[in-house]
Amino acid sequence: MLRNILLATGITTALLAAGPASAAEKKTIAVSIPAADHGWTAGVVYHANAAAKEINKAFPDIEVIVKTSPSASAQVSAIEDLSATRKLDALVILPHSSEELTTPVKAIKDKGSFITVVDRGLNDPKIQDLYVAGDNIAVGFNTAKFLVEKMSGKGNVVVLRGIPTVIDDERIKGFQDGIKGSDLKILDIQYANWNSDQAFKLMQDYLAKYPQIDAVWANDDDMLLGVLEAIKQSGRKEIKFALGGNGMKEIIAKVMAGDAVTPVETPYPPSMIKTAIYLTAAHFAGHAPVRGSLKLDAPLITKANAAEYHFPDSPF
Amino acid sequence: MADVAAAPPRAQHNWSIGWGDAGPFLALAALVAIGFLINPDFLSANNIANVVTRSAFIAIIAIGATFVISSGGLDLSVGSMAAFITGVMILFMNWVAPSVGTAAIPLGMAVALVTGIACGLLNGTIVTVGRIEPFIATLGTMGIFRALITYMTDGGTVAIDRSLRDAYRPVYFGDVLGVPIPILVSLAVALVAAYVLYRTRYGRRCVAVGANEDVARYSGISVTRVRTLAYVIQGTCVAIAAICYVPRLGAATPTTGLLWELQVITAVVIGGTALRGGRGRVWGTVAGAVILEFIANLMVLSDFVSEYLVAAVQGVIIIIAMLIQRMSKR
Repeated sequence: MLRNILLATGITTALLAAGPASAAEKKTIAVSIPAADHGWTAGVVYHANAAAKEINKAFPDIEVIVKTSPSASAQVSAIEDLSATRKLDALVILPHSSEELTTPVKAIKDKGSFITVVDRGLNDPKIQDLYVAGDNIAVGFNTAKFLVEKMSGKGNVVVLRGIPTVIDDERIKGFQDGIKGSDLKILDIQYANWNSDQAFKLMQDYLAKYPQIDAVWANDDDMLLGVLEAIKQSGRKEIKFALGGNGMKEIIAKVMAGDAVTPVETPYPPSMIKTAIYLTAAHFAGHAPVRGSLKLDAPLITKANAAEYHFPDSPF
Repeated sequence: MADVAAAPPRAQHNWSIGWGDAGPFLALAALVAIGFLINPDFLSANNIANVVTRSAFIAIIAIGATFVISSGGLDLSVGSMAAFITGVMILFMNWVAPSVGTAAIPLGMAVALVTGIACGLLNGTIVTVGRIEPFIATLGTMGIFRALITYMTDGGTVAIDRSLRDAYRPVYFGDVLGVPIPILVSLAVALVAAYVLYRTRYGRRCVAVGANEDVARYSGISVTRVRTLAYVIQGTCVAIAAICYVPRLGAATPTTGLLWELQVITAVVIGGTALRGGRGRVWGTVAGAVILEFIANLMVLSDFVSEYLVAAVQGVIIIIAMLIQRMSKR
């Protein structure tokens, strides 16, 4: 009885494995990304699915499969399952965490897959064939430079930071580097965990604590939403700028509309997953050399170029 | 309730706050005094109004949790449930707004209440009829509600229709005679809850079931009904909190209400309700919720603590607050 079940399972697995392979030289690109649990990852999922749809339609010889995983360990299982059931010609991965994913991705690389790493690097950069990422330091730095210039190099700033991670540290470091040498003073800096509710509370407390705030920087747009609501409630008028980061569609819409308090935005676009998938597809379909790393800039988004970063259909 | 007449006069003494129950209020007073010494801005009318208003959500939900916990249950799903109800309410209001205009707001509130009651009934039924440990049952529904809100928002944000935004805003930001509306709502909820818990037959049964399930059953109390109703009260409270929450940021996201369940349980326990059941303190719970919010506020207003250590200091203060509460009972 048990043997029969095992036999049946074996045959099924073999059939499944043989299925895609026999479909004449079709290249498979697997995309492994975090599940949508907040605005930014929701954007990643949206753009990954959009890229998969577009590429599957444009290149009949390429099949893109998107798998989302809620945690690092689930992501490890997901890529192991994917590679066990079919031949992966390429893997595009946005790792949950660098440490846990390095060895499993290496195992897939050893089977001969082309590896594209997005956003968070693996511990061993030799594994990746292509690396696509944004520039977190520039997110902080460019925002700081804008404030220094617009406020003639002086004023009081309060800062809201996200969840203690490398991403958050880099943004804060970029910002601190950007205001170096000016008389812009950071009055306070506290964690609000990239959460609008916590940012709302923190901003209320900042407003109670400091009688004169000239500018606010929340290093993510979810937090900026809470900040703006707290400022509105307080009725305080001295705050000249309230800036965010990441490129949420609601904030980009404000920039497009020429908002006085939020006139600019810095992108850390979730659409970078799309760049990575297209480049990986180019490796197969266009025979174009793509090995290397690509760091997307975080230029200031202003009214002039906001449309380029506005995705009204995306959840983010 | 028809039970009121049957309540014996003996219950009267529950109304007066005995010295033994003063613990959370002593802790609150100590915290306010320390806060004033650290930064006099702490006692500014604006700051107090902000902080107490902010604590209203946790307070309202925690009042519901007082029933669940004193009846010997536990509900881990309240945070996710709040997010889910918020999402359902916003989607419903946006859907009907084009045809009914601002009447969408009261309709949305009704939908929120119905959803909350249904969610509570679901939790209660799984725990009582399904005979599953409350911890596991509500851990399950916590995941379900969280996944549903993530699904409804596509992982992003669902915002309230622009045409309703300004009409609804006063429910969080407005005030009556200077008292912010969320504070009035939580006071009203606390009054009703204190009445039900201390003065009605249901309230006494609730505590009796939490104190000793078997004895309660042998005395002819339907444990299933009492516990299920406690979860329904919890669901209703979560819905009321959601109704006050929506106008604040006007949006629901998958991170709405994250970890509220832990704050709620902490508020209930600081307030003097026994976590193992058999003792419920409604006003203590309210004080507990305000204490939690004051601690967070104090961390920002003081300059003593590095931003990296804030959570540790909060933990220490919570434990000290519990110790004050415990000692005042002896």
